Amino acid sequence: MATIEQKGIETEPHPDVALVERVRAGEVEAYDTLVRKYERQIFRIANHITQNREDAEDVMQDAFLKAYQKLDQFQGNSKFYTWLVRIAVNESLMRLRKRRTAKTVSIDEDVETEEGSVPRDLADWAPNPEQNFDQAQLKEILGKTIQGLPRGFRVVFVLRDVEGLSTQETADALDLSVPAVKSRLLRARLQLRERLSKYFKKAGVPLPVEDEVEG
Amino acid sequence: MKCTEFLQLLDDELDQKMAAEVRAAIESHTLKCEHCEVVFNTTLKTIAIYRSNEVYELPPDLRERLHAAIMAKCKSCK
Repeated sequence: MATIEQKGIETEPHPDVALVERVRAGEVEAYDTLVRKYERQIFRIANHITQNREDAEDVMQDAFLKAYQKLDQFQGNSKFYTWLVRIAVNESLMRLRKRRTAKTVSIDEDVETEEGSVPRDLADWAPNPEQNFDQAQLKEILGKTIQGLPRGFRVVFVLRDVEGLSTQETADALDLSVPAVKSRLLRARLQLRERLSKYFKKAGVPLPVEDEVEG
Repeated sequence: MKCTEFLQLLDDELDQKMAAEVRAAIESHTLKCEHCEVVFNTTLKTIAIYRSNEVYELPPDLRERLHAAIMAKCKSCK
């Protein structure tokens, strides 16, 4: 069984800490290393939130510039990456607000709070179902599917499952509680699974609808 | 364990954070319930597919252009 999150006990300072210290001491070149390390992730996160490539490009630039300007405010009690993601999330939301004047944009938008029910009508997937599509088709399916999720679910799934932040780091980056992250993550995972089933299910008859099984 | 209880524990199980006895109960449930086994396996697969296929890639030329712009802005703001 694969492990989604691996947590180790950190005994040594994160390598970013030394880079941050060098930047604070006036060595701009050390920031080049940090930007190069995280620019792709920040671009992806901004794209997932704004769903607009030009906005994502602007957010990426603004987030790194803001982080650089505010580096003295970085406390070091969270990872630099988590702090950077938080800035990028806020910049992305600001960008959306600019596009939709006079309308509040938040990470909570479109998020419903009722609990999900047990999926009853479902089909198993073919083995390695992604291999039935070429890379461009697969990318289109994955993009279309995740874009259909409410933003508040999408961003939690992206930070937690795609970019590999821990539940606590995701909560910190989005200013959410840990239970809220866990609840949204479950809903996001199940909704994506259900939507992808349309493309990945095995040919044949779906499993029969059954009453709840106990045991 | 009922299917609804299994679903509530699914996240922790996917993250491999379960206590041994809870994991045993989950495994016992999925042996009896094909639906929950399918939900578990396909959800795990959903995560794996999204992890290994980037929806939004940053093309190398755009990456270099944006990187240069970021560093130029940082240098000029000091």
